[in-house]
Formats: sequence, structure tokens, C-alpha cells
Amino acid sequence: MAEITNEQLIARLQEKFGDQVFDIQEPYGLVTVTTTRENIIPMLQALYDDEVLQMQFLTTMCGMHFPDNKGQELGVVYHVHSLQNNIRLRIKIFFPEDDAVVPTATNLYATANWMEREAWDFYGIRFEGHPNLIRILNVEEMEVFPMRKEFPLEDQTREDKINTFFGR
Amino acid sequence: MELAKQNTELNTTDTFIQDLTTLNLGPTHPATHGIFQNILQMDGEKIVSGVPTIGYIHRAFEKIAERRNFYQITPLTDRMNYCSSPINNMGWWMTVEKLLGVTVPKRAEYIRVIVMELARIADHLICNSILGVDTGAFSGFLYVFQEREKIYEIYEEICGARLTTNMGRVGGMERDLSPVAIQKIRDFLRDFPKVMQEFETMFNRNRIFVDRVEGVGPITAERALNYGFTGPNLRAAGVDYDVRVMNPYSSYQDFEFEIPVGTKGDTYDRFMVRNEEIWQSLRIIQQAMDNLPEGPFHADAPEYYLPPKQDVYRNMEALIYHFKIVMGEIDAPAGEVYHSVEGGNGELGFYLVSDGGRTPYRLHFRRPCFIYYQAYPEMVVGTQLSDAIVILSSMNVIAGELDA
Repeated sequence: MAEITNEQLIARLQEKFGDQVFDIQEPYGLVTVTTTRENIIPMLQALYDDEVLQMQFLTTMCGMHFPDNKGQELGVVYHVHSLQNNIRLRIKIFFPEDDAVVPTATNLYATANWMEREAWDFYGIRFEGHPNLIRILNVEEMEVFPMRKEFPLEDQTREDKINTFFGR
Repeated sequence: MELAKQNTELNTTDTFIQDLTTLNLGPTHPATHGIFQNILQMDGEKIVSGVPTIGYIHRAFEKIAERRNFYQITPLTDRMNYCSSPINNMGWWMTVEKLLGVTVPKRAEYIRVIVMELARIADHLICNSILGVDTGAFSGFLYVFQEREKIYEIYEEICGARLTTNMGRVGGMERDLSPVAIQKIRDFLRDFPKVMQEFETMFNRNRIFVDRVEGVGPITAERALNYGFTGPNLRAAGVDYDVRVMNPYSSYQDFEFEIPVGTKGDTYDRFMVRNEEIWQSLRIIQQAMDNLPEGPFHADAPEYYLPPKQDVYRNMEALIYHFKIVMGEIDAPAGEVYHSVEGGNGELGFYLVSDGGRTPYRLHFRRPCFIYYQAYPEMVVGTQLSDAIVILSSMNVIAGELDA
């Protein structure tokens, strides 16, 4: 089990993907790269097949929402892990809110199925090619995507509620 | 008359018409250990396909966390895997400490290890004894639950709560191990092995039990990895992935223990892996108790750790810090952290994105149950209904963690 350092990982990524990966950082020791959504599936596949890196474990993926980044409001973050080399990699993609379509990773990872359904449920990110893209935790009749930032939680200091009705 | 005619017509054709029954297993069903539904297509006793529906106790923790101070998120983590809440608490504190750059003293780390391993024992005990109940052996369950009760008494001695513990603080524990707590842990270490031995004698080579679980619901290592399995379920399939060893946290590198692995990934392997992990956890607790270092039980981080109460009344700085911490007026540095711990069911990850504010900008929980439960339909197809129940309880799906 050869351990791979972050520098080797970054060098390998740059050699393999060139300028398709950008914004390379290491926050708290975890290599983080950004790529485009066109590249994400070929990149995950290449990392999976790479004989050195062998990143074959999708730890988690989740949606994100940055309403202030115009044109790149929504994002998906993938955490992949190479169990052989014990190194993790975080890959991010960003895309506009009104065109929230991402190719699915379910063909590569069976575990991406529910994770993508969760991202659809909470952020309204449509995964092209997903076998069964329906809501998972919320009710099917829901019309909004509740984790988006335009739905803030209730202000805890509001005073316009009548105590009789709300039991306070 | 009409029916008879139809039957004759059917009999004249040579094709066999398969008649499937739809069975709703759940949402509330005594054998499902939680509120989740499976719509099964049955051919007699045999399962043809299953569609799980989850989300019955979804409480939007990720959304709520976006408006809570860091210390107010611990109670949310309690309620994910409520069979081993201290592991969730400690995992969350370690994530926050990583973000804030707080170094935890050795003694606090050892106390955390003791608590986390106790929680793992409690978690595995529930899983394995309930598996016994589902196969018809009730007494083992009642027997080990007495011991689980003792673990809860230790929690009570450490933090005051039993089930939803809300244990620990940023930078360490809220108080040191009291002499009573130490005595209770020592008593547990003395008494529990005998009980565990008897529990194993009752099950491990019991013909009735082994016949019910051996070869039921196997999964290959390759499929398990592709499904994102972690924890005992992955190790039962033969992959020795354990976060405590791969990415040691909280001084796990100081302890000597083994990672048990299975071979077939079936229900029996999962049961045996959990049993062996209980023994390994006992070893770790024993080592931690024997080598418990002296020193402070929390980090010297006044801006994050609540000052002693008597200082708050007399000391200006303490009062200011107390107010700032309680009101959550701590600006965390901007950044993103992923931290994972070995929970009762596998890799429990916290992905925390901070924009420099007082609450997380985004908090995502990697919940092992949620990730591996999606393999359930694949594992039950072709088995019988009674096997499906056994597989479900051997996977240890906890509804709170599944739905968050």
C-alpha cells in the first residue's frame, strides 16, 4: 500500500487533465479541485481506471448553492477516496441555476443513485441519465427545493406570531 | 360461472401466469426497527423486487444547521444514529476543532476514545441482539441489554444524559471523568466479558441461528465498495477499511487493536464481525484506561471553551467569553473541512463549509446508513420474507441516521 502525497496527486491530476482542472487548493490537507460539468464524468472514470491513483470509492456527494455567484449559483461536490493509496480528493463543479443539469454518475457508482436523488430533492439539480430521479426524503408533492438559500429558516426573533396558536 | 369459464380458458393456454403479490413491509412494522417502508413484489414467499421508501423521520438537519451556532448542532447529531450518539457528537466536535484549529490535549482525546468505544459496544450490542430476536432468540437480547444499561449509566455519569448525550465541548470534554465514572467503567470492563462470552456461546455455533443467517443476503466486496458500504458491513465482505486505522483521529494510533473481516459478506459474517469488534473495543477501552494521561481535559482555548462558572461571576474576561460563546458570537474562519470518524455503522463524515460567519454555510452529513441502505433491494431479491427481515436487522439500518 503505497501512500501518495498531495503533491503527487496534484501533479498526476495536472498531467492527466491539464487545464480541465483549475482552482487547485488544499484546505485542511484535502486536495480540492474544480472542473466543468462536461468533464466530471470522464474525470471520475479516469480516476477510477487510473492504475496509480485507483480512486474507486465515492465517499459522498452533495449539492451546494451560492446565490451570489451569478452564472455559477449551484454546485455539486464529490468526495472520492482511494482506499488503496489512502488519499481523498474533492471535486467541485458549478453551473447556472436556470440550467441545473449534470450528467449522472450512477453508471460508475451504484452509490451515487440516492446521493443524486438527495441533491435533486434539496437543490433541484437534474441528473441526466439517472434511472429514477424522484424526491427521496421530502414528499413527492413538494414544489420547491428547500435547501436553496432563497428559503431561509424562520427568524427566531420574530414577534408577530400569536402565542395561543403556537403554544409559546 | 363466469369464473369457471375464465379458468377453463386459462387452462387451455400453455403459458404459466405468474401471480405476484404486493406486500407493504412498513412504514410501521414491528420487524423493521424504525419507520421505513419497503414495497415488495412477492411470488409466494419469495421476493421478486423491492422498492424502499425513506424519509418518514426526515427532520432537515442540514437546513437547520445552517442557522445554528456550532455548539447548537451537537444535539442534532445526537439524533442521527441514536444508538451511538457519543460517536456522532465527538465526530462533530472534531470537525469544528479542525476548522478552528484547536488542539485537544491527550487526556481529553483518551476520554473521547473511551466514550466512543463504549458507544460502539452499545451500538453493536443492539444490532446483534435484535438480530437474535428476529431469528427467534429473545433471551440474548434481554441479557445484553442489562449491560447496555450500564453503558448508559456511564454516559450519565460523564455528561448527565443517556440516549441523546450532547457530550463534549469544542476542545475537549465538559468535565473530567469523575471517580464514580472511572469506577463504573472499570466495573464494566470486569463484568462485561463474561456476559459477552455467554452471548457468543448462545449464538455463534447455535445450529438454529446459523441455519437462519448463514449465506443469507451476501454481498461481494466489489459490489459493497461500489455501493459505498463502510463499517462492519463492508468488513464482513472482506475489505479491511476502518477510518480509525486509515485516518487515525483522537489518538487512535496509540492503541493496539485488530480489524476483524469476514469472507462472504452474509448475515452471519456481519454478526461475527460486530461481535469481534466488541472485543476489540474492550481492548481499546482497557488500554485507554490503563494509560489515561494526566493533564487538562480540555484545550486552553478561552474564546471557544466555556469558562468555569465561578469565574463568570468574578472575572471580566470570563464573563465576556461566556456571553460570546453562549450567544454564538464566534466568527469561524472561512474554509471547508471534511472530517470522518468510524461510527457504529461506518464512515460518518461531516462536510462543513464555512463562509466566515457564525453558522455553517453548508453542512452535509455523510450518513453510512443512508448510503448502504440503497443496496437493500439488491440483497433481498430472491430471498424469502423472513430472510429480508434478518438482512435488514443485520445491516443495522437506523432510521434517524437514514433520514437525518
